[in-house]
Amino acid sequence: MNILELKELRKYFANQKAVDGISLQIKQGSIFGLLGPNGAGKTTLLRMITGIFYPDEGEIIFDGKKFDPINDIRYIGYMPEERGLYKKMKIGEQALYLAQLKGLSKADAMHKIKEWFVRFEMQSWWNKKVEDLSKGMQQKLQFVTTVLHEPKLIILDEPFSGLDPVNSNLIKDEIYRLAQNGCTIIFSTHRMEQVEEICDQIVLVNKGHKILDGTVNEVKQQYKENLFEVGVKTDAHHLMTYIFEVVKHQPEKLLLKLQHDSTPNDVLKFFINQDIPINSFTEVLPSLNDIFIKLVEGTPQARQFEKI
Amino acid sequence: MNKIGLILKREYITRVRNKTFLLSTFLLPIVMILFIFGSAFFAMSNKDNLKKVAVINDPGYFKDNLKSDSLKLQFDFISGVDSSTFKAKGYDAVLNLNNDSSARKFTIHSVKQLGLDTKRKIEDRLDNAYETYQLQKKGIEKKILDSISKQANGAFTIENRLTSTDGKSQEVNAAVNYGVGFGSGILIYITMFIFGAMVMRGVMEEKTNRIAEVMVSSVKPFELMMGKILGIALVGLTQLGLWMILIFTLSSVASALLPHEMVQQAAEANKAVPVGGAANMESATKFLEIQKSFSSVNWPLVLSCFAFYFLGGYLFYASLFAAIGSVINEDPQEAQSLMLPITMPIIFGFIILSSNMNTPDSPVMVWASMIPFTSPIVMMGRIPSGVPWYQLLASMALLVAGFIFTTWLAGKIYRTGILMYGKKASWKEMIKWAFRKA
Repeated sequence: MNILELKELRKYFANQKAVDGISLQIKQGSIFGLLGPNGAGKTTLLRMITGIFYPDEGEIIFDGKKFDPINDIRYIGYMPEERGLYKKMKIGEQALYLAQLKGLSKADAMHKIKEWFVRFEMQSWWNKKVEDLSKGMQQKLQFVTTVLHEPKLIILDEPFSGLDPVNSNLIKDEIYRLAQNGCTIIFSTHRMEQVEEICDQIVLVNKGHKILDGTVNEVKQQYKENLFEVGVKTDAHHLMTYIFEVVKHQPEKLLLKLQHDSTPNDVLKFFINQDIPINSFTEVLPSLNDIFIKLVEGTPQARQFEKI
Repeated sequence: MNKIGLILKREYITRVRNKTFLLSTFLLPIVMILFIFGSAFFAMSNKDNLKKVAVINDPGYFKDNLKSDSLKLQFDFISGVDSSTFKAKGYDAVLNLNNDSSARKFTIHSVKQLGLDTKRKIEDRLDNAYETYQLQKKGIEKKILDSISKQANGAFTIENRLTSTDGKSQEVNAAVNYGVGFGSGILIYITMFIFGAMVMRGVMEEKTNRIAEVMVSSVKPFELMMGKILGIALVGLTQLGLWMILIFTLSSVASALLPHEMVQQAAEANKAVPVGGAANMESATKFLEIQKSFSSVNWPLVLSCFAFYFLGGYLFYASLFAAIGSVINEDPQEAQSLMLPITMPIIFGFIILSSNMNTPDSPVMVWASMIPFTSPIVMMGRIPSGVPWYQLLASMALLVAGFIFTTWLAGKIYRTGILMYGKKASWKEMIKWAFRKA
């Protein structure tokens, strides 16, 4: 079942088509990566999903019904890229306040805050002010306030920026745990290695359009370049063949690109026939980073302002 | 609505718990009372030591007429003292009456500088002595003149009674009305700035702390703005209420603590009249008069109008201040230039009030008390001296309509402004945000 469906969503600003007809579906319980270069329209898209902006055109279906910001906001947790907390407010009161604004009763909010503070070892922070916390600690608090009201959909914009590896892992484990409990997570970032590791499904947007959609593996398969790494000790000069081309030659490894519809078996046969011992043979899939760069490259670096 | 309540509560509690709020609420009345009673106390207790002044080179007519005052000044007409020897002979100063007649300027030598007060006193005595001498020369006795002027001075007073349409007459006191009206006008002017700026800073804080986006993912921007404005309105009412209670209790405590005769002495000291039973009586009656005319002011009307115009004026401007706060990016310089169009009408209202206070029914005052931009300040100046009820109602209705309009307008600017980073909005853009749909 899809928790969220976007249909031909559009949002134009005075001199920019920030989001220009994006459609996508997100399955409940999945971890969804929203990727794109700076200024691609990610934040605008997320702001429409969180009810901050109204779309100019298109439809948002949330949990099977038409998205109704006033009532559905309670089931969404949003951690924007621009983090923010009241600096002068005590941590405990701040968490309580933000939870109550999401519609939790005081007793209920209190109970959940205590639970999360224990989980993140933050119990001693209750009476500290936000300005006394380090940036990483503030980040943890921000995460807690985002997920406290048990939203069905959690939207995290660059959740790991500014966190050390230990705290990054802590948050990552929480994301997995929440997803296992049926929570859906949208996760917007530029850091591809995290996306590869965490996300079930990814969408790449550029200049307000969706240019890629699928699971990580599907995307990689789609953009693979038939590269294989073969562990052999040999001299590249002897390998004159139409089956493949040597892309890179290392002392005990060769990077080959298949040519003319040949298959991996053809390659293996070639080496066996030549009586060259093979130590290893693996397919090399492109990293998401490479795909990202390949797709985004060629379009102008910064978005140009345009007349609408 | 429930969310506005939560926001209001937070805004109120964080501000009221703040140290600066507590300090300004409790210290200001204490400082004010201390200042008033302290200055009265010093005025009474400031008893100068007796100054002995040697007078030399008397042209003749001063010796009989220059009166010593046994407590403060003593004039001795002697010879053999000059500007170098007076100190050795035990005098504080030597006054040389050697007059080169045209200039009418005498010289007094002293070791320490004479106080301004002492100098003026000596001059007064010299003037009096000269007057007595001249009167005598023309055959008028000073005593007779004094007794006549004492009788005539303040023999008649005018009481202004207003006749209303139903024939009842009522005493008015222009001075008290002036004071009450002007005072409450100024108070509204000051509080509008204080609490308006508080709203603006609050919005700027939310924007620079980047919490605005977190907030608007839970509440509507309009709720966020209204919660803040109403919360700060409550802070303002709390502060004004506490000030009134504190000033009232402190001043009654302080006046009870001061000995009665000291208060009377203070009144005399202020009037700088020679000590005498008559003067005592006079100040006592003056005091009673003022008390009476204060009670002639229609306090329930003044206070309820003050509460209305304080809230109305605040609400009218607070949302505009919020809109300004929402478009500023961390740079106080921007705030200055953007605030100008909002602060100008407030200042303008104050100028109208202060320059037309003597004619509360002039067309300028009537118009300024109708237009919501200036009405909170100007109308408060007019109320104690009586405003036709239809004018009051029209002014109130316009103010309510005005703040509904500014809040609606500001809400639209605010909604876009708080999510804009890095770029200062121009007036043109703000107007565009304000009037576009949805």
